[in-house]
Amino acid sequence: MPSPIAETLAGLLLVATLVSAVVRPWGLPEALVAVPAAGLLLLLGVLPLSQAGAEANSLAPTIGFLAAVLVLANLCDRYGLFEAAGTWMATGSRGRPVRLLALVFAVASTVTAVLSLDATVVLLTPVVFATVAQLRLRSKPHVYACTHLANSASLLLPVSNLTNLLAFSASGLSFARFGATMALPWLAAIAVEWLVLRRFFSTDLVGRAEAVTSTRQPVPVFACVVVVLTLLGFFVTSLFHVAPAFAALGGAVTLAVPALVSRRATVRDVGLALEVPFLAFVVALGLIVKAVSIHGLGTLVTHLVPGGTSLGALLLIAAVAAVLANLINNLPAVLLLLPAASVAGPGAVLAVLIGVNTGPNLTYVGSLATLLWRRVLRQRGEELPLSEFMRLGALTVPPVLVAATVALWVSLRLVG
Amino acid sequence: MMPAVRTVIWVVEGTWQGCVDAASHSLPSGAQVALLHVTPSDVTGLADAASAGLLGRFPGRRTTRPFQDVADDAATELLADAAARLGRQDAELLQRRGRVEREVIRAVAENVDLLVVARDGDHSRLGPHSLGPATRFVVDHAPCAVLLVWPDEPPGIESIPPPPPPGHHPPPHRG
Repeated sequence: MPSPIAETLAGLLLVATLVSAVVRPWGLPEALVAVPAAGLLLLLGVLPLSQAGAEANSLAPTIGFLAAVLVLANLCDRYGLFEAAGTWMATGSRGRPVRLLALVFAVASTVTAVLSLDATVVLLTPVVFATVAQLRLRSKPHVYACTHLANSASLLLPVSNLTNLLAFSASGLSFARFGATMALPWLAAIAVEWLVLRRFFSTDLVGRAEAVTSTRQPVPVFACVVVVLTLLGFFVTSLFHVAPAFAALGGAVTLAVPALVSRRATVRDVGLALEVPFLAFVVALGLIVKAVSIHGLGTLVTHLVPGGTSLGALLLIAAVAAVLANLINNLPAVLLLLPAASVAGPGAVLAVLIGVNTGPNLTYVGSLATLLWRRVLRQRGEELPLSEFMRLGALTVPPVLVAATVALWVSLRLVG
Repeated sequence: MMPAVRTVIWVVEGTWQGCVDAASHSLPSGAQVALLHVTPSDVTGLADAASAGLLGRFPGRRTTRPFQDVADDAATELLADAAARLGRQDAELLQRRGRVEREVIRAVAENVDLLVVARDGDHSRLGPHSLGPATRFVVDHAPCAVLLVWPDEPPGIESIPPPPPPGHHPPPHRG
């Protein structure tokens, strides 16, 4: 197939895949368009089988890792970890809204880093919302903190964000090295978010919370211990050159067995938590992006990613990644940029991650998803505070991007 | 006989007690009172929309209660407590949902004489931003008299900084 036609076809299928994943017409799984689209590209020879095989092979460990982390986060919720975090934040705040915001920052940053941004968005945000409502404080600063930190605080570990998992194998870094290099950028991003949000919402951080009458949720010690051991396992496995996905698998199984025995969860629950359609979607998306990439866009992107790890080069890479993540979405953005960035070295890969992870705070979740989601919300009688969100994004994203990238540059010199 | 003064007290988390207390001190006994609370639809929309970026992956999709329901229940309790604090069980309770500033203006658009509003912000550090964007809009656009109260103890006048030296021009005010 001539390259321009192949390129157009692959591009159209990529857009169709992303649109259907956000809109999910009639609640159908996101894989329903992605998998046939990838199949069509293979059938027409737009994506040669050998290239598809190589891409699927490189995605396999990521998919396993992702599945284990999804189950781990879901089981933590079933053990009551997030409710306990809610109680802890409510009592720890001593009724003061600024103190509560600080605790929300601490919990959201930790949950995002250890259990991934999905856990913060889907499992922690409802708990924070309910906690703030119960304390009778204004919810806006705390909900914004969750949505912003789900992106900005997802820099630390390969498990923190699916983009990190996708880049992890390409970066050639060990789990421990990844974490050690990204610790400073992670802290820098959180610090900037704190300074801006604290000021931006100063008129909403008002009053004293009223007495909390709810029952205190006990801390699920077993789940906490398993999460900490799993985290240690990530580092230990990487020391022995074992895939850290096995540590995640170990953690998930250790939580799942007692949960199944005590009927906290059924086999069906664990099966659903695996999100098989989503895993299929990630593989299909990887193949579609590969097809887009080999037909021209890849070379274009290669020109956009400068070589070297000078501060200027890292800043440029992060900026390009942030723009691309806002134009499409951060998943296809990272898949497109990875081949070029991995040639330039681990520093470039990590700069790409800073861009694609923190960038989406500018247009919400990537402009495409934002536009589509806005309509979904209107039908539910809700609205997207788009102008406020983008104003806050314009205030946080550029300084977060610069601070995190400068921190990465320092880190690369310290850690190596 | 004078027609009764129709008053709306805008109840907001964090400042409502001061607002209710000020109203109960200054309202004539025959005044008709309504307590108004607005649940911001943008905050619940914000919390829901974050999942759009996940492209369909929800770890386990556990059915937590919709944000709007949680917010509505909290608002119902808050209004009941506000009525109790006011000591007026005949007070009308207005529970709204939407864009806060627009809903408040809509609630006082007709047949309301007085709207009681609390300032926002941290009163350990005074001004210039003692009104948040929604309160600012309401104060600017309310088609009735507005009673603006401190949610806590009013600060002493010694909290005002000394005037600038002669010849000093203040920077232009940022809206």
